[in-house]
Amino acid sequence: MKTIFKLSTKAVVLSAALGAFSIGSAWAQTAPWHNMGRDATPAEVKAWDIDVRPDFKGLPAGAGSVSQGEATWEVKCASCHGSFGESNEVFTPIIGGTTKDDIKTGRVKGLEEGKSISPQKTTIMKVATVSTIWDYINRAMPWNAPKTLTTDEVYGVTAYLLSLAEIVPADFTLTDKNIAEVQQRMPNRNGMVFYEPLWKVNGKGDVKNVACMKNCAVDPTVHSFLPDFARDAHGNIAEQNRIIGPVRGADTTKPAPKGPVGSVALPAPVVVAAAPAAGGNDPKALLNANSCTACHGMKSKVVGPGFNEIAAKHKGRADIEAYLIEKIKNGGSGVYGAVPMPAQPQLKDAEAKSIAQWIAAGAK
Amino acid sequence: MSKDLSEVIGRVLPAPENHLSAEKMEQARKARRRFMGNALAMGAGVAASATAATRAMAAEGEEVILKLPEHSTGLGQSVVTDGYGKPSKWEANLQRRQSPGLTRVDQASVSFTPLQSLFGIITPSGLHFERHHQGWWDIDPSKHRLMVNGLVKRQRVFTMDDLMRLPSVSRIHFIECGANSATEWGNVAVPTVQYTHGMVSCSEFTGVLLSTLLEMCGYDKKMGKYVLAEGADGSSMTRTIDIERAMDDCIVAWAMNGEMLRPENGYPLRLVVPGIQGVSWVKYLRRIEVGDQKYATKDEAVHYIDHMPDGTHRQYTGIQECKSVITTPSAGQTLLDKGYYNVTGLAWSGRGSIKRVDVSVDGGRNWRTARIEGPVLPKAMTRFNIDWVWDGKPAILQARAIDSTGYVQPKINQLRAVRGTRSVYHQNAIQSWLVSENGEVSNVQVY
Repeated sequence: MKTIFKLSTKAVVLSAALGAFSIGSAWAQTAPWHNMGRDATPAEVKAWDIDVRPDFKGLPAGAGSVSQGEATWEVKCASCHGSFGESNEVFTPIIGGTTKDDIKTGRVKGLEEGKSISPQKTTIMKVATVSTIWDYINRAMPWNAPKTLTTDEVYGVTAYLLSLAEIVPADFTLTDKNIAEVQQRMPNRNGMVFYEPLWKVNGKGDVKNVACMKNCAVDPTVHSFLPDFARDAHGNIAEQNRIIGPVRGADTTKPAPKGPVGSVALPAPVVVAAAPAAGGNDPKALLNANSCTACHGMKSKVVGPGFNEIAAKHKGRADIEAYLIEKIKNGGSGVYGAVPMPAQPQLKDAEAKSIAQWIAAGAK
Repeated sequence: MSKDLSEVIGRVLPAPENHLSAEKMEQARKARRRFMGNALAMGAGVAASATAATRAMAAEGEEVILKLPEHSTGLGQSVVTDGYGKPSKWEANLQRRQSPGLTRVDQASVSFTPLQSLFGIITPSGLHFERHHQGWWDIDPSKHRLMVNGLVKRQRVFTMDDLMRLPSVSRIHFIECGANSATEWGNVAVPTVQYTHGMVSCSEFTGVLLSTLLEMCGYDKKMGKYVLAEGADGSSMTRTIDIERAMDDCIVAWAMNGEMLRPENGYPLRLVVPGIQGVSWVKYLRRIEVGDQKYATKDEAVHYIDHMPDGTHRQYTGIQECKSVITTPSAGQTLLDKGYYNVTGLAWSGRGSIKRVDVSVDGGRNWRTARIEGPVLPKAMTRFNIDWVWDGKPAILQARAIDSTGYVQPKINQLRAVRGTRSVYHQNAIQSWLVSENGEVSNVQVY
């Protein structure tokens, strides 16, 4: 209490002297809210301070071999990223597009203008810092169960990815001791540029235009436009605009009209009711909320089989509901191919049952 | 066609004599007598008269005026029919929408704000664009904590109670995803302004200045060059922010547009980094670390980097430079007829405030300066309007904003000349809308 009294007195004196109490200035120590909050315990800081910087500050000690990483990968990662990190189905590919020469130069040649990038830029083509890979896997993977890998598993999975990109050999064990050497082999380690003018608020941009007002030089060509076949690719635009006002959304279910539609004979307003909020054990909402649709299409195979394919395969099976609940909750592989489906421990029994019943009923 | 006032009067019990001429008043009097007689003769005449009333009114005037609607003649709904009010059912077309095919996983996706139908500068919270990296959560605020650690004298933990007791500010700022308009780097790809520019929103944010927290924790003024912001969700989004920015106008915010943040926007706590791309506005903010080096996190080493023609990538290019777009009329909309239109749109700059917006209706050959509607705030949306009479001929509408630093929003070919066509982020080019003779507006590139 004594301290608080002293601080308050000081604050009053300062206020009088300055005419105003200054927040965030050198006097902040005396701010009456100064002691709001509490000190973090060392254990709390350790639990949350998980970031790993390019200089490896924050990297915990540990080790993982390529083969250990491969084992983890097959169970926890391959279903989305493909066995070799090459899959472009659920996420963009991680591995591919780098060469031995890139590892030597530290610049990925395939990123240069004129080079074809197929199917698209991979993570390993872009990322310059191995710390980024380690940090991201550690904090955010696996997709549906982030932060559940052990430190050694993160080392192992990182080692496996590096081996796929031929940055490290197949018998390599990645550790906190040798990761700095691996950094020296990252294919795009020299490919990043820090451009300060677009980092600082008071910087000057790199692209200049002038505000010409009259008879400005323009090329009257329409260089690019949306092709007719894409007219309704985003649905009916009439249903995405207000039903009153100076304009209407174009009815993209029909070809473009010949002339102005006029304001007299307008069709009846189109208002599409909002989709009902998902909740409870609605099976389709559950599929979305639990990332099932990342791997399973409604009517076709994505990574795993389409839901209709599952329904067709097990139609008439007496224990279909129990069988599907078991598969949904515990995952498995071999029924539709080698890529395993991960277990879904987050699903409640009632939720798994709801999905199973929906599939058993034909997945419609 | 016979005007049968009897039917009008039959429905509308207090006769509107005051608005009628002497002749019509006489008709009305007769009609009322006739109505009374009819009613007596028919017994249950009121219903019959009302049915007849719906028929013959066009010549007299518009039915919606002459025939009083139910909402003028009946009893409306009571208070608190809905404890949290919602937009009119007639506004149901205005929805956040996904762009088909843009992303493959709904938890790592975006939804776009329907800019084509919004007014002023504030985005309704329910229409604020979404960008989630690993799905959104509705976190129990009593269990949410913010930790400040690293190069500070005191590593501290704050509850929401603590934070909300601190001195707060309320400021209006835009937030724009670094990838807004990304689809247009190469060619025209999407049909409306919702999809070309809808990853921008503008709200009033309330919270405590990050500088207040950093001062309270005694950040290292010599060694502390950067802060790392980290989220509490599965992705635990992390982004590097330079200390000058952190000490300037960043807000650790809990409120948006007068209420707590929406869960999709980071409830109960998010970082507001005015002028910087949305990815830095870390949602579900759990930790601020003061450090002496940049962090090269996933979203500053794999994504949100600008692919340059020489094959390098620019890292840490977070500023959302000056940009504008006409929202009405805009692509996907149809002008109903020739004549006057108020062309309206939005302008914003991550470097300051909007100084001027020019509009062209001839594809950039001639420009006129638009009216700026107040307020004009730093790093906030600014609304502009300009008069235009459409003569029914093809026209190409463009807006070009100039910010308080004098920077002029560039043309797409000027951007490409410096940054090539394979960049994804920070596309702030002048947008062109082609008005065709049929009144339809479409997305085109003209420069």
